[in-house]
Amino acid sequence: MQKLKRLAFLFTFILIISALAACGQGEEDANTDAGDTNTEDQSNGDNGNSEEKVSGTINLAGSSTVFPIMEYVTYEYNKVQPDVNTPLESIGSGGGFKRSTKGEIDFSNASRPIQEEEIEIAKENGIELLEVELAYDGLSVVVSQQNDFLENVTIEQLRDIFIAERGNKLWSDVNPEWPKKEIKIFSPGHDSGTFDYFNEVVLEENPMREGEGVTLSEDDNLLVRGIQNDPYAIGFFGYAYYAANEDSLKVLGIDNGNGPIKPTFETIQDGSYEPLGRPLFTYINAKSLEEKKEVQNFTEFLLTNAGAASEHVGYVALPEEEYQSQLAELKARYQ
Amino acid sequence: MLQKQQEKWQKRVTKRVWLNKVFHSLFFAATTVGLIFLALLLYRILTQGISYLDLDFLQGFPAPYPEEAGILAGLVGSLYIITIVAIFAIVIGVSTALYLEEYAKKNRFTRFIQSNIQNLAGVPSIVFGLLGLTLFVYILHLGYSLLAGGLTMSLLVLPIIVVASQESIRAVPNFLKEASYGMGATKWQTIVRVVLPAALPGIITGSILALSRAIGETAPLLVVGAAAAIYTLPDSLLGSYTAMPIQIYSWISRPQEEWPLVAAAGIIVLLVVLLLMNTIAVLIRNKFKKRY
Repeated sequence: MQKLKRLAFLFTFILIISALAACGQGEEDANTDAGDTNTEDQSNGDNGNSEEKVSGTINLAGSSTVFPIMEYVTYEYNKVQPDVNTPLESIGSGGGFKRSTKGEIDFSNASRPIQEEEIEIAKENGIELLEVELAYDGLSVVVSQQNDFLENVTIEQLRDIFIAERGNKLWSDVNPEWPKKEIKIFSPGHDSGTFDYFNEVVLEENPMREGEGVTLSEDDNLLVRGIQNDPYAIGFFGYAYYAANEDSLKVLGIDNGNGPIKPTFETIQDGSYEPLGRPLFTYINAKSLEEKKEVQNFTEFLLTNAGAASEHVGYVALPEEEYQSQLAELKARYQ
Repeated sequence: MLQKQQEKWQKRVTKRVWLNKVFHSLFFAATTVGLIFLALLLYRILTQGISYLDLDFLQGFPAPYPEEAGILAGLVGSLYIITIVAIFAIVIGVSTALYLEEYAKKNRFTRFIQSNIQNLAGVPSIVFGLLGLTLFVYILHLGYSLLAGGLTMSLLVLPIIVVASQESIRAVPNFLKEASYGMGATKWQTIVRVVLPAALPGIITGSILALSRAIGETAPLLVVGAAAAIYTLPDSLLGSYTAMPIQIYSWISRPQEEWPLVAAAGIIVLLVVLLLMNTIAVLIRNKFKKRY
């Protein structure tokens, strides 16, 4: 009985909390409603040059790497155009293309360029996708701060470390000066665009090592934690994850024949961090862009704000004129 | 001679008592392992999440800034989903259980269905997601909508509800049913007036546990289109939606160090909802148990 009483008390307590929350929500709704009418009033007031109000739904889906940029843009866009619904899904670059090539979504976010077979599928379905570059990311190869033998690696050494058929299990197998310890690999999962990109430019489609000593995860924070405290671990992920953990991780300079270059905002933006500097994309459904007003309106907002968005979330913005020239090209399709 | 025997006997008793004590403490240790991890989890989540848990968090939508992010869209989406699951899965699940227990003949075909339902309960959730994608999103043209998400979750928990309901229907004492038949009641009258009321606590407990599973699942929803960032609440059954686990996953995988704290706040909300549901289950069970 005592127990039942206690449960009943807990139950009422939680009910009260949720009732409070519901009341609060009512107020908040009222507030935002008021806010909306205000902005509408304003835009009606200076109708001459203000943005027109649009409504509708814009569907966005794709890469989890591009997700933070798009979340920033849709969030800010929602403040300006509260009547446009912008559901944004984070399902991986490949997942996004699966939908966009069927014409199910308007924006397909990707951390790699669209593949030949995906273009084929889109063609069969009568879909045309327009590529837009949103930002640059430097795919960063990192080790722990506790690692004292690695500063730079060559692309060839990366292949020795990651490719399965080279059969190197110990650091000393790659370079005799390195310690006789097991190489521990932390890599994004095989569905991610990040892995695809690394697979293409470094591994050149040779299968990566698997099994013992290799950890695959879709959660980049898990990779970070794995590498942080292990001097014999190595891994790769987007620059933002290195930047947020600079004090425990060491980023390696990549030597592609012209001396080692570390990823920084400058080297990523000017393209000297290669081959691991990569553009991040979104692909716009051409038909949506030509026919839907809200998609045109959002596209303009996207390309004006993508620079600020990329910097806010830890990526590198394109030079401003590139956003402008891309926007001009897209505008030409519907104006 | 007698003394020797007694000594020997005494020795065996001490040994048995000692053995009992060993196992007692061993089992107690095993119990504490679970408790310790639960306590650790709660402690970590509470200390991390409490700073972001306030009314604004309960009323907010996802945002690119940790201090503005909120869980309202996820909370409402999750509640809608479990409502849909409750309507579809419980009705279909309990009907299935009644058919299998009360009407179906115990032949090879019934046993075949029976073992398949039990196998379904162990199928990975992502498989149900893919099934939902094909069946609801494409074949039934529901699109990537709240209804498609809810129905997919219903499929996922259906086997759990069927098995739990069957167990509790089977546990209804035979003499109750026989008494009912003896009074001249039909099978249908017996089911409605005797079997169901007696089995209700078990059915409800099983159902709420199934709903608790539905509210915590992420993988199937990713496949059937739950959005990770959305700034409106679902306006219809065919509207776009999100759910709490999707939001939490989206926050926990970000690089900046504030986001895991936001995720922890989201986990607290999820835990409170779960706790609330389990509490209701316990209360209902206790209330009905006294009648039989």
